[in-house]
Amino acid sequence: MDIDLDPIEQLDAPIYHRYHATSSRAITPFLHAMKRGELLGHLSTATGKVLFPPLGACPESGQATHMPVILSDSGTVLGFTTVHLPIPGSKLVPPFTVANILLDGADQACGHLISECEINAVAIGMRVTAVWRAKEIWNNSLENIEYFRPIAEPLVDIDELQKQCLIKANHRKKSAQGDQDA
Amino acid sequence: MSNHRVAICGIGQTERYRTKLTCSLAGLVREAALNALADAGCDWSDIDALIIGKAPDMFEGVVMPEAYLAEALGGVNKPVIRVHTAGSVGGSTAIVAANHIKSGLFKRVLTVAFEKQSESNAHWALSPSMPFRPHFNSGAGGMFAPVIREYMRRSGAPEDAGCYVAVKDRVHALNNPHAHLHLPDIDLDTVKNSPMLWEPTRFLESCPSSDGACAMVLAAESHADTSAHKPAWVHAMAMRSEPSFYPWREEVNPEASRACAKDLYAQAGITKPREELDLAEVYVPFSWFEPIWLESLGFAESGQGWRLTLEGATSRDQGGDIPWNCSGGVLSSNPIGASGMIRFAEAALQVRGMANKRQVDGAKRALGHAYGGHSQFFAMWIVGAEKP
Amino acid sequence: MREVAIVAYAQSPQVRQEKVLNEVEILMPVIEEALAEAAMTMDDIDFVCSGSCDYIAGGAFSFVSAVDALGATPSKMESHVEMDAAWALYESWLKIQTGEISSALIYGFGKSSVGELPDVMSQQCDPYYLAPLWPDSISLAGIQASALLATGRYTERDFADVVVESRRKAKTNPNAQLSGDVSADHLIEAPYIASPLRRHDCCPITDGASVLIITDKSALPKAKTKPVYIRGIDHRMEAHQLGIRTLSESKSSTLALANAKDQAGIEQFDLAELYAPFSPQTLILKDALALNDKVDINPSGGPLAGHIMMSAGLDRFGMSFRALQSSTVKTALAHATSGPCLQHNMIAILEAG
Repeated sequence: MDIDLDPIEQLDAPIYHRYHATSSRAITPFLHAMKRGELLGHLSTATGKVLFPPLGACPESGQATHMPVILSDSGTVLGFTTVHLPIPGSKLVPPFTVANILLDGADQACGHLISECEINAVAIGMRVTAVWRAKEIWNNSLENIEYFRPIAEPLVDIDELQKQCLIKANHRKKSAQGDQDA
Repeated sequence: MSNHRVAICGIGQTERYRTKLTCSLAGLVREAALNALADAGCDWSDIDALIIGKAPDMFEGVVMPEAYLAEALGGVNKPVIRVHTAGSVGGSTAIVAANHIKSGLFKRVLTVAFEKQSESNAHWALSPSMPFRPHFNSGAGGMFAPVIREYMRRSGAPEDAGCYVAVKDRVHALNNPHAHLHLPDIDLDTVKNSPMLWEPTRFLESCPSSDGACAMVLAAESHADTSAHKPAWVHAMAMRSEPSFYPWREEVNPEASRACAKDLYAQAGITKPREELDLAEVYVPFSWFEPIWLESLGFAESGQGWRLTLEGATSRDQGGDIPWNCSGGVLSSNPIGASGMIRFAEAALQVRGMANKRQVDGAKRALGHAYGGHSQFFAMWIVGAEKP
Repeated sequence: MREVAIVAYAQSPQVRQEKVLNEVEILMPVIEEALAEAAMTMDDIDFVCSGSCDYIAGGAFSFVSAVDALGATPSKMESHVEMDAAWALYESWLKIQTGEISSALIYGFGKSSVGELPDVMSQQCDPYYLAPLWPDSISLAGIQASALLATGRYTERDFADVVVESRRKAKTNPNAQLSGDVSADHLIEAPYIASPLRRHDCCPITDGASVLIITDKSALPKAKTKPVYIRGIDHRMEAHQLGIRTLSESKSSTLALANAKDQAGIEQFDLAELYAPFSPQTLILKDALALNDKVDINPSGGPLAGHIMMSAGLDRFGMSFRALQSSTVKTALAHATSGPCLQHNMIAILEAG
């Protein structure tokens, strides 16, 4: 062919699918508790560890979890990063700091935002507490907590924290399994 | 155990792992497959089965694309399997393909792994907004940044150790015509001055978004002599998986990584990987994962991996004793689904003596490595110049 | 070839919409049930392999959270196919053939109720020429059904008869979603949804999960369950473009069956479980596999009675295993399919031990 055709290198063909998601046996009570302003975790009777947020399974054992535990809204930063680029589909404006926060009484860290402090001041082992949105707009969402802010407590040695948590989990495991035997 | 040895007798890659608007998905995978067949001295009719791998379908927006791609890969009338194990998939796919030969039931198979990130938005697909969960997910970089920080805390490594990896792999990439990034002026200052993305990970400490496919022809011993070039031989293969999150999960040095390496080395009779292997192609999508995996894979003592990097032990250009990622690695090219297979294939090219300008002289045994998910899926193989 | 046996199978109820449980919550008790049947624990399982599809769940990496159901600490040797779990079974069977492992647990799961499955599956088509037209899976099956009618081999009444049989047999399957006594006269009065297909010609949207355990003969578990051996297994792909294959036939099924027969040395089957999500496909497969009237087709009711997308192929193995256990017959054919209009087909020949 001697006709000069412009090359077509790209076409936009957006794909939209509609999904009607349902939550789950474990997540539903958690979402209801959030609306009341309560942080509901699950105790895994197989390991004695407290999982937050509860997703229904204890991944270590593969067993379903049912036993509710109400947790404190303060905790310890186990890890964090400050994000400097926009994330597709996210409302968050960079830079923002996301942390893995271990709520007091939990064994599983939960992701949330850190604010009210200089980016450079965030540290592993930092103590933080939840800043809740106005009660009137509470919903079935962990986003009722706007972010976590630092509290004036000394940095926690997270290796020591892990040891203490594991000791407590072991006690809970024994007592949970004792209950089952009885 | 079966006595069916597995030979790698053909390797093909797309010309260069960068955005490729001039071909379709089918054209992309076919280019790699044709190159692998040519290397193996084979034709489509010589192939008994087709094993395809790629990461999530949302990266291209095609649901289970093996159905569409089978024709372009000569898969009609043949068994076709599609593997998906997250970022480790390129490695897992090679292992599933090798098991076809190892079972004794197949003589020659074609395996292809690919990603064409330019067809969709992988950054979006990697940060899904899941129902009933707050949307704090910030992509793979955001997921791995806290792990890197924890490694820095434990090891006391200098803040810029990651920058050395970023430079070293990009210098390696200059010898690899397939590499996406060719950055001839790269140096420590350029990396340090590049924008911070997910602290402590900078732009130049991160992998690019690439298009590309990698293919291999694997054969039974009885069918390994069609190529003009000598084959590589599989000496060991291993896979392990663990959950993404559980309380106090070891994320820096995951149990699944250690267990996978232990299984692998036991099969190959390796006790000192740094001494007994000539090189490694390891999945390092963010610079700090070089020291992290150096330790987890037993090339360095715990907390000491970064010293190997700083001493130049992993640099081919500095004459290091255990070069890592002579191809430029994932930091220089990341067609996600293919990246694991590229590691496996580059290891095989090296022991075949066919790595051209990136060749490690006299390479006899090499490690290929891939990982995925939240550092939870692992696939590894060891290949050698001699039969196992 | 090593002798590989199916030793346990469990399936969740095949429900239209599971509103309470998520995928992991559906899966956990099914794994437990299968392990209990085999009198095994997860520690006895050498390899785990699964089949699922991200687009069914609507999020990338949807298979990853399913690992939470395995108790994989310490880590497991594990793999996943983005295909029906019948292909996860094939991968596991091959791995046993290598001698590397002697047992495997295979699972498939999906909640197709959350998305619009026919539209989702349209995006499996060639992304440049076909997918932009959104050819939904029911319309494509309608094209195939028309092609079958055009051969003159069958009528719409024959499609209805397939449905009548499925519903009747499903009465003994406690997990079936659709079962009961219906008449072809009544069915044929229903309106078309994609002519010549009527609603009852299409498999129902189903949520659920299934688990199957296989072992090498040397590693049979101590459970009293009668093992069922996989004597032959093969799968073959066809062309994707619908215009270049004969839709009224299933050549890849014929080819896979010939190969499976070669391996098995078995020519006749007492029953067959066919993964035909649309009623005319049952007839196409019956012809392609030369199944005569003595073969009990889909004693479970088949996919028209319940269709867990991504596990329905594995379920054909499981249902064959169940049927061989509960009767005196010896041999079964299990079939799985993938891709639009029976593009890719697997055939296995099973024999009670």
